[in-house]
Amino acid sequence: MNNKLSAEKLNLHFGNRHTLKDVNISIPERKIVALIGPSGCGKTTLLRTFNRMHDLVSDVKITGEVKLEDLDIYGNTIPVTQIRRRIGMVFQKPNPFPKSIFDNVAYGLKLNKTPAGRINEIVEESLKESALWEEVKNDLKKPANRLSGGQQQRLCIARTIAVKPEVILMDEPCSALDPISTAKVEELMLELKKNYTIVVVTHNMQQAQRVSDEIAFMYMGELVEYGSNNKIFLSPDKDMTKNYVSGHFG
Amino acid sequence: MRKKKTHILGWILLLGSTITICSFLFIIIFHLFSQGLPVLSWEFLFGHPKEGLTKGGIFPAIIGTILLTLITTVFAVPFGICCAIYLNEYAGESRLTGIIRASIRNLSGIPSIIYGLFGLALFVQSMRLGTSLLSAGLTLGLLSLPYIITTTEEALKRVPNSTREAALAIGSTQFESIRDFVIPQAMPGIITGIVLTIARVAGETAPILFTGVAFYITGVPGSVKQEFMALPYHLYMLSTQHQSIETVRPLAYGTVTVLILIILMMNMVAFYIRQKFRENE
Repeated sequence: MNNKLSAEKLNLHFGNRHTLKDVNISIPERKIVALIGPSGCGKTTLLRTFNRMHDLVSDVKITGEVKLEDLDIYGNTIPVTQIRRRIGMVFQKPNPFPKSIFDNVAYGLKLNKTPAGRINEIVEESLKESALWEEVKNDLKKPANRLSGGQQQRLCIARTIAVKPEVILMDEPCSALDPISTAKVEELMLELKKNYTIVVVTHNMQQAQRVSDEIAFMYMGELVEYGSNNKIFLSPDKDMTKNYVSGHFG
Repeated sequence: MRKKKTHILGWILLLGSTITICSFLFIIIFHLFSQGLPVLSWEFLFGHPKEGLTKGGIFPAIIGTILLTLITTVFAVPFGICCAIYLNEYAGESRLTGIIRASIRNLSGIPSIIYGLFGLALFVQSMRLGTSLLSAGLTLGLLSLPYIITTTEEALKRVPNSTREAALAIGSTQFESIRDFVIPQAMPGIITGIVLTIARVAGETAPILFTGVAFYITGVPGSVKQEFMALPYHLYMLSTQHQSIETVRPLAYGTVTVLILIILMMNMVAFYIRQKFRENE
């Protein structure tokens, strides 16, 4: 099994706050890895180190190594924009651009200088891949913010996959959605797994159990336990993990 | 029972304050317009002052004020916006930027006469621009910069971080995310801030007093190197400096009415632009 993303001895400080403590994790290719743990345990922080989303924060300090295959993500050998095109991100609250549905998906392509003739085609492909095409194919010019929350989130996924990333990071992608939209996004995640590596932060134990191959349990900035879905839910090594997944704390 | 009483008392206090303040405003506006509106006529708006300023119109002063605000806008707006973008998007939080922000806030509290004297020293004398439209416009530009920077920065702050991150996450540069999403989203706030600032400085007298405004000149200025007449100074002159103040009193009321109407119109433009942008969102 190939490792797509990895972190080694990763430490992260926000000012004086030690948010990630010696995290070591390897994320296999074309699998879904769920990061779970109580609020404030550092799972979103860890997720955002993978595509350098902390760059805009001024008092953040990161040590250790984060790698996309052999590429050192913090090595400054290639521009950060190139890294983010290879590692896409879907956010907790759907955040489509205040543009039309078409332009939302096309924006990333235009940044990439995709030839104009190919744009229509890729937008259609991406919307099909994110299972939104049938619902929006007749009004692609409609402003994206008129879509429902679930549709907006799938549009954000379409926007992300349009630039052909290798990894998709998802930060609680369903926490703002109703159960039906959640089911659709989960179904989509399982479909996307065929082509992409997915790392998902979730508070929802059932969701973690339904979609993930591997699960990482974090607590107070440390990676407590990392293993297969079955192992974490059925026979975890640590008592803390067992208590958390069975709902006794957190 | 007692709780209810304090409730009513509080309500009366709030309402009372509102009515008091509004009635002052109303009395001022009513007084000015009742004296000033009858004076307005084509001749007053488009004529030149005549017979030692006791007759005729205020056309040169209206044009002077309009040209002056244009020059102020041209110089202050680009610098102000760029400065605010740098401070809010790029500079980050450090001791240095803290000092810069505090300085800008302090600048907006400096009395305008000091800007006038500074303009006299810098633009009129050191840079040898003379007493002219250009010197006065630049001085007013300096005066308006802190307001423009502050209001623009506030508008940029109201754009949620999720907007910036959405663009960055698909590989835009920071500049592209600012150009394509942050600025368009902040635009209504930025424009409103600019128009309100310009409307405010249009009524300033002290900064132009030493830098280019003239008591009386025939005709409108043909170049930015010439002196000019302006409404606020014309009003000051008619009400306190003229040899027969009683005779020119109606003209003073007319002048102030025109000034207030111009400022009101600018505020309405700001309001309209904001509405227009809201509809497009």
